[in-house]
Amino acid sequence: MQELVKRAKELLADGTVTRVLGWKKGDLAYNPEPAFFENEEALSEFVYDSFCGANLSKYMIEASKKEGKTLVFLKPCDTYSFNQLLKEHRVLREKAYIVGVGCAGKISAEKMKEAGISGILEVEGADALNPSETLKVKTLYGDKEVSYKDVMLERCHVCKGKDHMIYDEIIGESRDTLDGDRMEKVREIEAMSPEEKFAFFQSELSRCIRCNACRNVCPACSCRKCVFDSTKFDSAQKANVDSFEEKMFHVIRAFHVAGRCTDCGECSRVCPQNIPLHLFNRKLISDMNEFYGEYQAGADAETKGPLTAFTQDDIEPSEARERG
Amino acid sequence: MKKISKENLTKLFAAICEEASLILPLKNNGMTNFALWSEGDEVDLDTLKTVKSAKDAFFPQSETLYNCHREDGKLKISPGERMDENFVVFGVRACDKRGFEVLDNVFLSDPVDSFYKARREHGTVVALACHAPEETCFCSTFGIDSAEPGADVDTWFVEGDLYWKANTEKGEKLTARLSDLLSDADEKAVEEEKENIRSIMKKLPYAGITTEGWGGEAEKEKFDSPLWEELYKPCLACGTCTFVCPTCQCYDIKDYSTGEGVQRYRCWDSCMYSDFTMMAHGNNRTSQMQRYRQRFMHKLVYYPANYGGMFSCVGCGRCVDKCPTGLNIVKVIKAFSKKEDK
Repeated sequence: MQELVKRAKELLADGTVTRVLGWKKGDLAYNPEPAFFENEEALSEFVYDSFCGANLSKYMIEASKKEGKTLVFLKPCDTYSFNQLLKEHRVLREKAYIVGVGCAGKISAEKMKEAGISGILEVEGADALNPSETLKVKTLYGDKEVSYKDVMLERCHVCKGKDHMIYDEIIGESRDTLDGDRMEKVREIEAMSPEEKFAFFQSELSRCIRCNACRNVCPACSCRKCVFDSTKFDSAQKANVDSFEEKMFHVIRAFHVAGRCTDCGECSRVCPQNIPLHLFNRKLISDMNEFYGEYQAGADAETKGPLTAFTQDDIEPSEARERG
Repeated sequence: MKKISKENLTKLFAAICEEASLILPLKNNGMTNFALWSEGDEVDLDTLKTVKSAKDAFFPQSETLYNCHREDGKLKISPGERMDENFVVFGVRACDKRGFEVLDNVFLSDPVDSFYKARREHGTVVALACHAPEETCFCSTFGIDSAEPGADVDTWFVEGDLYWKANTEKGEKLTARLSDLLSDADEKAVEEEKENIRSIMKKLPYAGITTEGWGGEAEKEKFDSPLWEELYKPCLACGTCTFVCPTCQCYDIKDYSTGEGVQRYRCWDSCMYSDFTMMAHGNNRTSQMQRYRQRFMHKLVYYPANYGGMFSCVGCGRCVDKCPTGLNIVKVIKAFSKKEDK
């Protein structure tokens, strides 16, 4: 972490950048917040640990409108989002100085609580680059231990890889965290009967409180005005009038980000009700891979996406009907 | 003081349901929220904090105010239903119970909200003391005693028993109705439990948080502070903090076209949203900084100014738990006291 701060200070001092976008220490053991640091002094509050899951690329939309360059710290998976935003002309490359930071998988307090640890006071071993295999947790109710892997975010178990897709320089080495198959659950749901599928999504989505955290954190949801916020149509929603509507919001959102979603997993990380929203996106990714060939949104900033490029070999809509 | 063994709780719930409906924390796919109980549901009284507060019991996220439709060529308006059956909310924590009082000030003062009032009249609150407070709790900042919530009925889990104490007429009535299942108990075990809870409360990381410097008289100074400009920046403008909050009471009224008519409903609104308090001439808060400031000014300045100094935060810590970017009201209070120290 000190290396990141040192480099940030150098880049501020030599005028390469005018501000730094990183993470600021929280007031508990696990709640750092995304932050802009305007000067060297402010960097005393900088932190980069295993709880820094927040993807900072979307904040670059705002930073691109400011004077001067912003140094932004991006983890390997965050760089896919940055590329995608670049492709959509939502961020400016020349306004960003990207320091790719190593990542050893991110964890969350939510996952620790799921693992039965409450009253968390201190967490030992949550080093961003070299975390302990077993975390030592000081709680109000005695000392606890938990395996790092057990409290890792779902997305880290299906990590896209250790490479940064775009960067100016890299600090710190990443670690392999992949130990799952990201399409496993998708196949499981595909194998369900229509009634079972409906029951599954009904049960998950019935918890939705329409807080819009999934939409607002999503780097692919970068419309200046969302149709669901418009007061001009019946589509404006703050609550679900009936159970059809709560599904409509999530299904429309999934379709809107199809071909642009990098599967960064932020939607599921921030959902206060722990709804596995990434499953919608992965189903569409899986279908697009099948129809148009393997494609990873954000792998670069130039390639046309499967739904924005037309080729004569494109699948006919009738095939979708035949598949049911 | 009465008690009932844990094994008999299902019987107790069934007995409550003979003459009332029952709302209590239920687990659905790992997440616990207040919901209507029916036999076989997974009751979860161990989870300290439900995701949403117990607020829905009296002020649901959305409710129909009236319906308009055509009948025999004429426009017909039918009013939404007011609650007319008794219900019990069970397992409410002390913070959420205080949250109801915050809502009472708003909805029961003139003009009285008849939907809210009907629910309050028909609802009996059975509170549960907090056996194991968490690091995000700070209810004591607002003078709340999580060891003794002071609801219609207060309960405590001590080992294998649920201890039960009625505090109000409504509580006595419910207790009398359930007397076959409740046996007499002495207070000793509960007194020890209360002491235990209070000693944990003193050890919490937020134990020293105070509201000093806040309140109605601080309006101008707080409103004009340059700190907001720094504090709001990571805010995503989502409504998580407002929708999990036991005291946020702002709502919007909307029309929904049903195809054959219009359903006028009200739903929770969030001051974080871009169309919050949108008026014909536009919006008087146009930036996220202003919206962010509004939320905390309302809780810590405007509300106490309107209601005799009472704050509209109860220290439940749900915003601390749930904010996607690690922001919360405690960080705001701390930032201001840090600045004043300088």
